[in-house]
Amino acid sequence: MIGRRNRREFAHTSAVDEPQGELLPVPPARDVSRFGHGSRVPGWDDAVDLGKDPAQIPDPATTPVPQALRSEIEAHMAKYPDFRSAAIPALAAAQRHHGWCSPDAIWQAACVMRLTPGYLIAVASFYDMLETRPVGRHAVYVCTNISCSLCGADELLDRLKDETAGDPQFNVRAFECLGACDIAPMASVDGVYVGPIAVGEVPILVEQIREGLPPLPGKQLRLRKSTDPGAARAIAGAADPVTPTTSYGAPMSGEAAGPPAKIEAPPPPPEEDA
Amino acid sequence: MSSPTILFAGIDEPGLNTIDVYRRRGGYEMARRALTEMTPETVLDELLASGLRGRGGAGFPSGKKISFIPKAQVDKYLVCNADESEPGTFKDRELMQKSPHMLIEGIIIGAYAAGASRSFIYIRGEYAEQADVIDAALAETEQAGLLGENILGSGFSLSLVLHRGAGAYICGEETGLLDSLEGKRGNPRLKPPFPANQGLYQGPTVINNVETLATMPHILRMGGAEYAKIGTETSAGTKLVSVSGNVQRPGNYEIELGIPSREIIYDLAGGPPEGREVKFWFPGGSSSPVLTKDDLDLAYDFDTLAKAKSMLGSGAIIVVDDSVPVVSVALKLAKFYKHESCGKCTPCREGTRWTVSMLERVDAGLATPMDLDIMASVQEQIIGNCLCVLGDAMAMPIGSMVAKFRDEFEAHIEAARARNPWLGDEPPDPDPALLQGAARA
Ligand SMILES: Cc1cc2nc3c(=O)[nH]c(=O)nc-3n(C[C@H](O)[C@H](O)[C@H](O)COP(=O)(O)O)c2cc1C
Ligand code: SF4
Ligand code: FES
Repeated sequence: MIGRRNRREFAHTSAVDEPQGELLPVPPARDVSRFGHGSRVPGWDDAVDLGKDPAQIPDPATTPVPQALRSEIEAHMAKYPDFRSAAIPALAAAQRHHGWCSPDAIWQAACVMRLTPGYLIAVASFYDMLETRPVGRHAVYVCTNISCSLCGADELLDRLKDETAGDPQFNVRAFECLGACDIAPMASVDGVYVGPIAVGEVPILVEQIREGLPPLPGKQLRLRKSTDPGAARAIAGAADPVTPTTSYGAPMSGEAAGPPAKIEAPPPPPEEDA
Repeated sequence: MSSPTILFAGIDEPGLNTIDVYRRRGGYEMARRALTEMTPETVLDELLASGLRGRGGAGFPSGKKISFIPKAQVDKYLVCNADESEPGTFKDRELMQKSPHMLIEGIIIGAYAAGASRSFIYIRGEYAEQADVIDAALAETEQAGLLGENILGSGFSLSLVLHRGAGAYICGEETGLLDSLEGKRGNPRLKPPFPANQGLYQGPTVINNVETLATMPHILRMGGAEYAKIGTETSAGTKLVSVSGNVQRPGNYEIELGIPSREIIYDLAGGPPEGREVKFWFPGGSSSPVLTKDDLDLAYDFDTLAKAKSMLGSGAIIVVDDSVPVVSVALKLAKFYKHESCGKCTPCREGTRWTVSMLERVDAGLATPMDLDIMASVQEQIIGNCLCVLGDAMAMPIGSMVAKFRDEFEAHIEAARARNPWLGDEPPDPDPALLQGAARA
């Protein structure tokens, strides 16, 4: 019984779930095991080596930074009264260049921002979207929060994981509410929101991601029209009422697309612009 | 007057995200009028008269919040909270995606009233598409001279920076947001001092939700007193409500505050699927204590819901129908808060963790009804003892579920115990690998 409990508790010590990703092959005998990017630890979340001195602000002379990354980070720093505000944008930029917040990525961002790597590691490990372990380059976040799970998100996640199992290009992970419960069950595919995704559509979706095609083009959130019947009413000051439309392309799994939108008489003409 | 539509009127008009279409509809006219014809005090008077209450969760009167900003000549800030991570909430997303200029105009007006010279939009990192829309809108607005130095010759200057977060619910909490915006881990701060006195970079700061700010141009257009006539006496205006879960037409609906909740769930969102009934619902996001089907006739406004021991919160209704076991929802909810707890204070960090463990015991057939009492007492010990209200935000709904569905929890425990082979007469042989794991742990 203790064993059972322990296993369950173990399963929940990781964040939402373990990011997938291939570790580099372990080098031959007697050498220290090294993981991605020459790191001695598989990820930044692991305990640090207390025998080592803390890392200093990286020396620009010995830390080459790609020019594109440098200018992107510097542009972010210039936007704020305090340059440290650019920590998250800088890490996000470094992650785009390196695939994850690898030691190289952190050191380079720290070098440009003149901060210690420790500072940036502390920030990176706080946020879900900053990856502290190597991951596949296609980020597929499946929302498994309440509304989505009421609509079958857990099954969707399982199917997506099955379909992409063993493919190192994919980073399929469970995510908390993504703010799109109206298209539940949904996923964010490399930043593009799609839903509702039927389980049967998973193979097509995965194929589209592999091919670099737009994911489920008919089901992208940005195309979805408002469900509010009032949305068809003209905005005060508008010249023309809007044609009412309620849902997008493919109707939601056979359900009615929405209430018939009433168009009300347009409001009185706007006050004249000065 | 039937339910008025203010924020969502014509929201689907193609091209509304561009400044040309927005201006053709009278957009930026109120910002112009505020900056060139009104003083900050008269703008603030209109906001106070409108009775507008914050749409982000706490429902604090928005005009009053701005009036707390000291008048001293220091750098002041306005921050728009576009983190929108409360489960069930997706109203700001639609507003920002379809009408970003409405938000920008609201920020100009709010900043003018507060005397802020720098403003920020903190948008959650997951909203990449919406952030791109806002970025494009910002470029247009700057081009048009509505942001920057000496806007429209009024002498008022304002910069606006879009800041993308990276995925953390706690960065929606106002002081967690400020720390995150300063480039740190998003840990909430001890209050007081409140952000109105010492906020971003230690300067006076107003923090408002997207919807709150987007309403401001409309208040100026209608006049504060006229706006206050919509809704109820203490909950003025319209509210965007995100309805999701077991309903036939999930989506955002703009409603007049004070209409019966049943109207929102059934008439607008279509109610639960055929043949099923509402079992319980969260009236204001996952942080609000649940209400049952007996509460469907409650008026949907701040005070009625508070009186019913719940809250309007962010205006997100999550409907759960009678086919869903309450324990599974409670477990999802607790896991969410456990994952999002920033870990700064003990009752929340440990309380969320233990609640998850106990609910897992319930689900795995290892619990007894006594565990429910322990669980309820853990919730009581969290409430009021945390640095920010994230702890309470788990404790209140979990507490309400255990209180309202105690019978079901007990039945669940019984059924799960009956299924648990380890509690039977002949427990199965333990899996050696597991025992090894246990020894190592
Ligand atoms: C844990 C937590 C999360 C929150 N998340 C959000 C959020 O995502 N968006 C938001 O506008 N307010 C959020 N709030 C409320 C804010 O702290 C704050 O009250 C609000 O932004 C104030 O704006 P308002 O006066 O316009 O409502 C959250 C509060 C807490 C405690
Ligand atoms: S209540 Fe929770 S989230 Fe808030 S400060 Fe404490 S540990 Fe952090
Ligand atoms: S619950 Fe899935 S997007 Fe909100």
